[in-house]
Amino acid sequence: MTLAQESTSLQFECETGNYHTFCPISCVAWLYQKIEDSFFLVIGTKTCGYFLQNAMGVMIFAEPRYAMAELEEGDISAQLKDYEELKRLCLQIKRDRNPSVIVWIGTCTTEIIKMDLEGLAPKLESEIGIPIVTARANGLDYAFTQGEDTVLAAMAHKCPKSVKEEEEKEERNAIHKLLNFGRKKEDISQEESEYKEHPPLVLFGSLPDPVVTNLTLELKKQGVKISGWLPSKRYTELPVIDEGYYVSGVNPFLSRTATTLMRRRKCKLIGAPFPIGPDGTRAWIEKICSVFNIEPQGLEEREAKIWESLEEYIKLIRGKSVFFMGDNLLEISLARFLIRCGMTCPEIGIPYMDKRYQKAELDFLEKTCNEMGVPVPRIVEKPDNYNQIQRIYELKPDLVITGMAHANPLEARGINTKWSVEFTFAQIHGFTNARDILELATRPLRRNNNLKELGWEKLVKEEAKI
Amino acid sequence: MKLAYWMYAGPAHIGTLRIASSFKNVHAIMHAPLGDDYFNVMRSMLERERDFTPVTASIVDRNVLARGSQEKVVNNIVRKDGEEKPDLIVLTPTCTSSILQEDLANFVERAQMDAQGDVLLADVNHYRYNELQAADRTLHQIVKYYLEKAKKKNELSQEKTAHPSVNIIGISTLGFHNQHDCRELKQLMKDLGIEVNEVIPDGASVHNLKNLPKAWFNLVPYRELGIATAQYLEEEFNLPYVDITPMGVVETARCIRKIQQIINEQGTNVDYEEFINEQTLYVSQAAWFSRSIDCQNLTGKKAVVFGDNTHAAAITKILAREMGIHVVLAGTYCKYDADWFKEQVSEYCDEVLISDDNGAIGDAIARIEPSAIFGTQMERHVGKRLDIPCGVIAAPIHIQNFPIGYKPFCGYEGTNQIADLVYNSFTLGMEDHLLEIFGGHDTKEVITKGISADSDLNWNKEAQAELNKVPGFVRGKVKRNTEKFARERGFSEISLEVMYAAKEAVGA
Repeated sequence: MTLAQESTSLQFECETGNYHTFCPISCVAWLYQKIEDSFFLVIGTKTCGYFLQNAMGVMIFAEPRYAMAELEEGDISAQLKDYEELKRLCLQIKRDRNPSVIVWIGTCTTEIIKMDLEGLAPKLESEIGIPIVTARANGLDYAFTQGEDTVLAAMAHKCPKSVKEEEEKEERNAIHKLLNFGRKKEDISQEESEYKEHPPLVLFGSLPDPVVTNLTLELKKQGVKISGWLPSKRYTELPVIDEGYYVSGVNPFLSRTATTLMRRRKCKLIGAPFPIGPDGTRAWIEKICSVFNIEPQGLEEREAKIWESLEEYIKLIRGKSVFFMGDNLLEISLARFLIRCGMTCPEIGIPYMDKRYQKAELDFLEKTCNEMGVPVPRIVEKPDNYNQIQRIYELKPDLVITGMAHANPLEARGINTKWSVEFTFAQIHGFTNARDILELATRPLRRNNNLKELGWEKLVKEEAKI
Repeated sequence: MKLAYWMYAGPAHIGTLRIASSFKNVHAIMHAPLGDDYFNVMRSMLERERDFTPVTASIVDRNVLARGSQEKVVNNIVRKDGEEKPDLIVLTPTCTSSILQEDLANFVERAQMDAQGDVLLADVNHYRYNELQAADRTLHQIVKYYLEKAKKKNELSQEKTAHPSVNIIGISTLGFHNQHDCRELKQLMKDLGIEVNEVIPDGASVHNLKNLPKAWFNLVPYRELGIATAQYLEEEFNLPYVDITPMGVVETARCIRKIQQIINEQGTNVDYEEFINEQTLYVSQAAWFSRSIDCQNLTGKKAVVFGDNTHAAAITKILAREMGIHVVLAGTYCKYDADWFKEQVSEYCDEVLISDDNGAIGDAIARIEPSAIFGTQMERHVGKRLDIPCGVIAAPIHIQNFPIGYKPFCGYEGTNQIADLVYNSFTLGMEDHLLEIFGGHDTKEVITKGISADSDLNWNKEAQAELNKVPGFVRGKVKRNTEKFARERGFSEISLEVMYAAKEAVGA
């Protein structure tokens, strides 16, 4: 258990995988909100339902477009026919909600009993007339945010190809006309001319609409046009993806989607650091521009200005240390940003490390460490929470980014924590949202500064074992 | 297959984990895939627990599917045994391990050979039992295990305590107001001159379980948890039990009278009537409340009650018998124990509903249009939608149902708490209603919240659309800050760029 010495290249380790994270089916929580005409059907047991119900909290009461297909003993022992059962449920959903797509989320149970969801879907799809997308987002294979990856990878197959026929073009034009309704023709062509000549670019990763607008605008400033986004606001608006299109990921956990887009849709992947933090956003834009041979304009000043505006937050964390226990795969990008803010980071725990998909981000992390003159963190894949907590006791980091299972117990032992899941739901992408990341990361420090005078740091009686 | 949006009782393993983590120095190891350890989050969040929840998972992943768990489970048990030296490790099956049909009993046997502590396999089938049933079974299993062990070692003393004493059975983590009820019950026993022998499972050590037979009787405050244990102790050790929930003035008196009878049969000669009278008339305010004008105004008002057996039955009786409220419908989600519930409440309500489908109860509420609902968090939300006030009386519950202040539902202080809960629910509803009739407190619309009363700034279409996407409760603030920013910098129109610039500059 030697700690990262003054080494300058990244070290990777792998532990036992006994760590806490959310089940990947949690992706329905944000995806059903993102894709407005979808319905998510999680085919699993009471355990899955209980998790979703509690993890989603109040959202459950807002008539969500998600439900459980709860498996009963008869389903497990195959006394009931899967196809008939699913048909009955899907017809009920069609009648009550009339969605444009039903997404089946396969779980551990459907894996173990080998329910052939991929096989059943096309048959049922044609029978009930609603597209069915199948994603195996189960806890046997994946962690937390990887759930979104499985869904988007499945959706990548459903993205339309551009249609060559004239009338179809006319039709698309008609939609285009409709979208530009009331605007003068010159305006439109002027708008088109704001973009530089480059092959079509499709971005992938589910982000809240305001962040989508924001990133779209950032690229527009460089003359880069985004032809589509996977996923879009509605299933019916999935982007056209043709062979030779360029694609780029906005989140670090989308490796399956990237692979699918490259191998199955023959797209070219722009491997870049992720647009998290002003440094990441700039590197992301620069990489895209460089692929399209565009000279980026004003990015350096823009980044500098953002850093300037963040100074009051950075003052609080400069020189402090942060420890990532690891549960959502955003860890590398967040650590890279926080190191750029002047923090040190002894350990980055991460559920799964795709060194190819995250290559640019990893290089950027290494470069950032060298430029800031701090040791590179050790990267621990499939961490062991028990061992990590022993290391935390030893290292006494100023901030631990961790799941809710450990947050309160660590706080009671005088260790500042930030709940990692908040980074998944907060808006953290682009220049504009860098402030939000720091707002989150510094909150425990600001709060505990306020309470410092009270002298109540350790609130457990004995030096409790864990 | 069943289409389900919500469930009242959780899966079986949650019940087992609640029991295991209630005991001191007992560790649970779940045989489960990644992500199933959500119990730790709930315990840490809802109970604001300072200690690490003693639950870990022995992860079931692809390798386990291919080759079986093999050494993995055994190693995890032995490892935990070495790391934390628990008295007992409970291996907990989940839905996943139920279908894998691995020989977990064999793993437990093998682990037991190397472990210093005891190792048990929780005997619960995911597809047959829910959280509550599993908790009841697991508690019974652990108690039985340690009593048999003590018997074998001849450590079991059947000698009764010198003074009348009681075991309180069924207080557990994540139970609805369990901590407060426990304190109240202990106080009640003290007032009655009864020693508390053991409280299980909460805070108990498994080493003390062998003392259980020393008590004169058992008190099981909740219908859902502890009955199996109490029945076992009665059969094995002839230990009588009281299973009347002391919730509400009448039921508390009934419970105390039953206790009096049981201990008098064992040789004391106590008379609690004086105590009951004093408490009822002067300590608890509930009896007086029933006579006061406030409560008179509640006469005949319609209410719907829904929850677990214990709480829904007790509240139904309190509303109907002690406050004169018209309980149109009383219901429970404890389908497996429906007969008990029907027998308890039939004479106090018009209809009984036995269902674990939240849609059914929601529809019933909409049809009945009661003045108040007493239910779980789900009914609270139904109430919100239908504009009917709701008092929460049973799990499933949220963090606000784990109050730090002292709020028992049992005993004489409990009657006060319940009176407040009931009264506050109804008056809130009345007040709302009156306001509606008379057009609200303010007859004019609120014109401004200071700063930017009449905006002279122009929001272009995109910016306006973007602003509308901001959640309602912060939109005003975002709007004000953006406009302030724009004014300071002399922008006449607010575009998306201005909005983002404002956010970057001032965090609007």
